[in-house]
Amino acid sequence: MSWDWHANFKSGNAVAESENIVAETAEKIFADLADAQTINRDQKGKWKAPLWQALTDAGLPLAWVPEDYGGSGASLAEGFSVLSAAGRFAVAVPLAETMLAGWLLAQAKITSPGGEMTVVPASPKDRITINADGSLSGRARGVPFAKVAKYFAVLASDAKGDFSVALVDAGKCRIESGLNLGGDPSDVVTLDKVEPVAIKPAPIGFDQARLMLMGGVARSLQIAGALESMLEISVRYSNERVAFEKKISKFQAVQHNLARLAGESAAALAAATSAADAIANATGFNDEVFLEAVAAKIRCSEAAEKGGGIAHQVHGAIGFTIEHILHRYSLRALAWRDDFGSESYWAVELGKLVAQRGADELWPLVASR
Amino acid sequence: MTAALRFDPIRLPSECEQLRKEVRAFLAEEIAAGTFDPHQPNREDTDAPEFSRRVGERGWLGMTWPKKYGGHERSFLERYVVTEEMRVANAPTRRFFVADRQSGPVLLKYAPEHIKMEILPRICRGEICFAIGMSEPNSGSDLFAAKTRATKTDGGYLINGTKIWTSSAHIADYMIAIFRTSPPTKENRRHGLTQFLVKMKQPGIQVNPIGQITGQYEFNEVVFTDHFIPDDYVLGEIDGAWKQATSELAYERSGPERFLETYYVLTELVRAVGNNPDTRSAEGIGRLVAQVHTMRRMSVSVAGMLQAGKEPVVEASIVKDIGTIWEQQLPHRVRELAAFVEETAGNRETLEKQLDFAIKTAPKLTIQGGTTEVLRGIIARGLGLR
Repeated sequence: MSWDWHANFKSGNAVAESENIVAETAEKIFADLADAQTINRDQKGKWKAPLWQALTDAGLPLAWVPEDYGGSGASLAEGFSVLSAAGRFAVAVPLAETMLAGWLLAQAKITSPGGEMTVVPASPKDRITINADGSLSGRARGVPFAKVAKYFAVLASDAKGDFSVALVDAGKCRIESGLNLGGDPSDVVTLDKVEPVAIKPAPIGFDQARLMLMGGVARSLQIAGALESMLEISVRYSNERVAFEKKISKFQAVQHNLARLAGESAAALAAATSAADAIANATGFNDEVFLEAVAAKIRCSEAAEKGGGIAHQVHGAIGFTIEHILHRYSLRALAWRDDFGSESYWAVELGKLVAQRGADELWPLVASR
Repeated sequence: MTAALRFDPIRLPSECEQLRKEVRAFLAEEIAAGTFDPHQPNREDTDAPEFSRRVGERGWLGMTWPKKYGGHERSFLERYVVTEEMRVANAPTRRFFVADRQSGPVLLKYAPEHIKMEILPRICRGEICFAIGMSEPNSGSDLFAAKTRATKTDGGYLINGTKIWTSSAHIADYMIAIFRTSPPTKENRRHGLTQFLVKMKQPGIQVNPIGQITGQYEFNEVVFTDHFIPDDYVLGEIDGAWKQATSELAYERSGPERFLETYYVLTELVRAVGNNPDTRSAEGIGRLVAQVHTMRRMSVSVAGMLQAGKEPVVEASIVKDIGTIWEQQLPHRVRELAAFVEETAGNRETLEKQLDFAIKTAPKLTIQGGTTEVLRGIIARGLGLR
């Protein structure tokens, strides 16, 4: 049986009802424990431990891991809806990363340990190689939350180019700390002949591009969620703020800017949810799924720039302060563009694919579903 | 905020795939027979009466309408497939497109039964062409400033005044227009306009062509001088056109024609670039394809929500706002990338001709059928700003 997105454990047809329940659980936890205003005032990060505990108790970090491998066995669609919610709250704990890591390990039937995880590599250009003695070597930049992860789910290839999935103890790797635009860990991870805790061959057909696309769709949903919130708080602020003796929402220039922000938010939402749906219902990999996934990353990244810029413009100086919550969404949305391949990287890959298929095969690709 | 935006990930149902094959095969036959050239969107004569009849024979006009009026009771998503395939092929749809998209649905809703029985089957057969009489010399986006008068007389109305920028009026058999039957009131400036069916090619109607910057003559000035319209050609409520104008807009605003008008230059660019693009060309094409994919997903999503009986008014306006801006920018982005195409590319001349036409077409795309400014006003209202 060849590889598919579902780690061979749960068929894709989204169950709308249960999808809502999982998403609602996540929303409630975020609303209770990850309120942007509260987090923004808490300089010491005391909110992180209770939030992570609640997410863990609800089985969300390992949502995409079958019960037999230590997870809660949710469907891809359910997990994607959690990521949309996480984006709406600009959640700054490694929830998406642990979900992706659990999904990657499950691809090779490796049991997930508890605690925070992340995936290595997190860029299409970095490679981790399997040495002749079975140890792992390589350097991966921009790995989200590597510093706080206890384990890494690593995708590595051997001399023949065959991929394996490995569970690696984070303590055995060298980690150079960094921060992304949003102030979340984005680290350089170096493996120097590291012995993995477990390593198994990746399913046939699984490669680094598949991992990057899955990560890219996760980031697209998060960006779309952040834009939804930026639209909401910008509309609210424009209905409160008075200038020239009226609410700024009454100025046509402001209205039109907010309409454009709605358009960017809508485009991101449509592209990201369509890509998530395409993967949740896919049985394998083809050009149509590739188009859905990369178009989402490209369009959501563009929306992060344009939409975030408008949200800041509407807020004026107050939105440029640390005290205001806007930056929690705007800067994270910008930072997420860089993970799992930037929009310009994927645009080149998509352009090459389109050129290889030829001019007369472009419309059939676009109109395939 | 009033409500969150929704763009459900709608997929076209399986019956659409067979239909799409049929439409593609039909269009390929028409191209082979010389009915039209898909590489030439700028041809002089896009009025193709015989083609219209053949489209009607296939059952692709009035697809969603009741069978008793000649319709086919199929879904909006099936109609969507036919519309987008025709658009992408640059098929000559001018004669039937307006009637099929909006005039027919207005008649279905507001015309008396005998008028429906007379006219709708003829639209479905591709026999008749409709124009839309909205703009006047002193009223464009501000629809409710229309002044052309309809004065009550025995058995009907006498029409005096001028409509302008009226596409296809020179070939149209009918027009659906708004005329002033009463002055506006202090409380409601939208009051006093009535929607009418107009039979063209009759005494009291003079159609004067207006050239456009593309070199085409689609626009017209339509002058009414004591033109008589019978009572049963009134559509809906007297003085109440404003109540009727808004409900169909979601259909009109979110279709594939709202982002595919200049799509042909992208296809031709891909052909000119060849199979091994350099990095700049690849990135440029990739970004454009990501956009058209996203636009289509948004547009299909709105079509699916309409089919499900929802009213995504704000979503539809968003599709037209960003869709028309995209199709307006597309020829300019393609032009930038075309600068790097090899001199030897076989279709270079075709691409350059297409670019000339698309760049000249571009300015109208954000004006026709509701300007960007009007759309953003509607979106702002939906967001709770007005």
